[in-house]
Amino acid sequence: MNSPVEAAVAVGTEDRGAELREHYLNVSYGVKSWLLTTDHKRIAWLYLVSISLFFFLGGAFAVLIRLELMTPQGDLVLAETYNKLFTMHGLIMIFFFLVPSIPAVLGNFLIPLMIGARDLAFPRLNLASWYIYTFGGLFTLGAVVAGGVDTGWTFYTPYSSTYANSHVILTALGVFITGFSSILTGLNFIVTIHTMRAPGLTWFRLPLFIWAHYATSLIMILGTPVLAIAILLVGVERLFRIGIFDPALGGDPLLFQHLFWFYSHPAVYIMVLPAMGVISEVITCFSRKRIFGYTFIAFSSIAIAVLGFLVWGHHMFVSSQSVYAGMIFSFLSMLVAIPSAVKVFNWTATLYKGAVSYHTPMLYALGFIGLFTIGGLTGLFLASLGLDVHVHDTYFVVAHFHYIMVGGAIMAYLGGLHFWWPKMTGRMYPEGWARLSALILFVGFNLTFFPQFVLGYLGMPRRYHVYPEEFQILNVMSTAGASILGVGYLIPMVYLVWSLRYGAIASANPWRATGLEWDTPSPPPTDNFSTTPIVTREAYAYSLQEAERVV
Amino acid sequence: MSSEASSALAHQFDDLAQQSEAATLGMWVFLVTEVLFFGGLFLSYIVYRASYPEAFASGSHHLDVMLGAVNTAVLIGSSLTMALAVHAAQEGRRREVVLFLLGTLLLGGVFLGIKGIEYGHKFAQGLVPGPSFVFPAPHARQVQLFFALYFAMTGLHAAHMVIGIGVLSVLTVMAWRGHFSAVYYAPVEIAGLYWHFVDIVWIFLFPLLYLIGRH
Repeated sequence: MNSPVEAAVAVGTEDRGAELREHYLNVSYGVKSWLLTTDHKRIAWLYLVSISLFFFLGGAFAVLIRLELMTPQGDLVLAETYNKLFTMHGLIMIFFFLVPSIPAVLGNFLIPLMIGARDLAFPRLNLASWYIYTFGGLFTLGAVVAGGVDTGWTFYTPYSSTYANSHVILTALGVFITGFSSILTGLNFIVTIHTMRAPGLTWFRLPLFIWAHYATSLIMILGTPVLAIAILLVGVERLFRIGIFDPALGGDPLLFQHLFWFYSHPAVYIMVLPAMGVISEVITCFSRKRIFGYTFIAFSSIAIAVLGFLVWGHHMFVSSQSVYAGMIFSFLSMLVAIPSAVKVFNWTATLYKGAVSYHTPMLYALGFIGLFTIGGLTGLFLASLGLDVHVHDTYFVVAHFHYIMVGGAIMAYLGGLHFWWPKMTGRMYPEGWARLSALILFVGFNLTFFPQFVLGYLGMPRRYHVYPEEFQILNVMSTAGASILGVGYLIPMVYLVWSLRYGAIASANPWRATGLEWDTPSPPPTDNFSTTPIVTREAYAYSLQEAERVV
Repeated sequence: MSSEASSALAHQFDDLAQQSEAATLGMWVFLVTEVLFFGGLFLSYIVYRASYPEAFASGSHHLDVMLGAVNTAVLIGSSLTMALAVHAAQEGRRREVVLFLLGTLLLGGVFLGIKGIEYGHKFAQGLVPGPSFVFPAPHARQVQLFFALYFAMTGLHAAHMVIGIGVLSVLTVMAWRGHFSAVYYAPVEIAGLYWHFVDIVWIFLFPLLYLIGRH
């Protein structure tokens, strides 16, 4: 393959300056210099390490779930243990991996770089956010060690209040605390984007990654406090035996579901909006074309954030919600498809007649578009009142949200990690291994989760450790896929760590991408830029002519 | 430039104006999250008030309107002294800043004292939700729900008062030592925003809990 990007990578290996130059990684050494850093780039690494640990822990629970489901009988774990497994898997993956993943790692690293700032507006608050996250994580780990929690990640009352006999309070406290990390990160991003942009960097010259993170931050600051108060009330109810959500004492368990989903539906967009931001950057870079419909993509992020707050009731179609409320929530849920489709069509239009090259980040981006589309369209099935009654709480739902979360958010996270890896580390990752593992992940993912759509449609309910014999073939397929998926996650783990020492030296701009983050050396100096950049043009000034000339 | 700069300007900002803009916006965004935080409780209140109007009315009969009204006046007074402190800080009058901050602290302390007396009465009357709750009239369970919300809402508010008093105490010392000037007074200003917010929450709590449905 003789693409322009590849040529640039080759040029990049010639540049050996990074070894001698002072940058944010070699400016100081030692554990203390990391744990007390206020540099957003180092804090991104703190998050990267912690969320990776949680990812593999959450993954371990998934392995046990899939192993149990290989056979129709409950031969590996007891029903109670199984309840704990899927609860801990969901809790850890959502609150401790997916929610912080792209924002806290890539967002933290890139937002100041992309807007030409020296750091986030509140660097110490940024470090505090990581400590709060870690502190909350310790509570949750404590709950795992103490014996786990079995309410489902949704903490539905009365499972979590009257009837729970597992470690609800400890886990809830962990989620409550971690929520403040998310709130403060969102606050920091919003203030930074408003007040710290380089001269000339107007709102409509911002990279779409920034727009996506702005929209995400809005959800973080508006949604998370409501989850916090809902969880606080569950804790109060359990500790003091007050019936806020207990019907026997006059309370209403549905109120909990409303409060919970008011955060937890928008939380889906906390996970997927930053992913969309990554995709916008990657697609346009590897098509060598200006993004199609910049303003539409920018505003569709905001539209998703706003609409996301108005659709929580679609989780409660069968929870005795009134039919009229159901109809309105159904309609509003369908509306979310519009800004989502705007993005997908604009990405496709960007690809059209572009000089496309298939580097690893692009493979993940293309995978994202396909898998997100499947996940999004099945979301429309679930937003339809009648159909939802049939597939509610079945594996159809499980498959749907894994297509969005794993097929969408994690694919984009890995794509983004590869795309900005040279900037973060000053090293290239091994392209061959990376492409191979992207392929393995794609195959493994689809083999794991596509059968679950069929299982759910045939009526297999979620959250049971036994199932009728006729579902076994599809479950075995799913488990087989999960083992391929597991391998696909381990390979990048190995070669990315390897590349830290042995990877080819990366130039400042190995992808010849636009954007301020590529105008500074890799890895960047502590203050990001030697002089504050002045922006004089729109984002994504790629041109096809230039691409052809290089070829 | 060292990160613990001897000057008030942090390294990531170009000038004090940018720094103060960021700090002020940060506090406003934080207050938005606070609105949502209290919002969950207000929603619960609205839902249960609508479901059990009689129980909530009889519950509010057991609150002391007099003490509540005095506390409202005290808190509004503290907002006034806070605003005067911010104004004095803008004009760089150090002595007045310290004086008005001390006044605000005093009024905040009075508020918490009165609140403590009210809580004490509720304990004595057995109106604290939980196994020991006694209410000899009909709808005891729903009245208990009212008191659960009363304690949750006023308790969360009081926790915010305590944090505010802590912040203002630090600022008073800083002002005394001459950390602020007519150029650099953003901490006083944004602490003021927080204080007014906590005040406003009470302005909503007082009628909702003490006044509605009494007659």
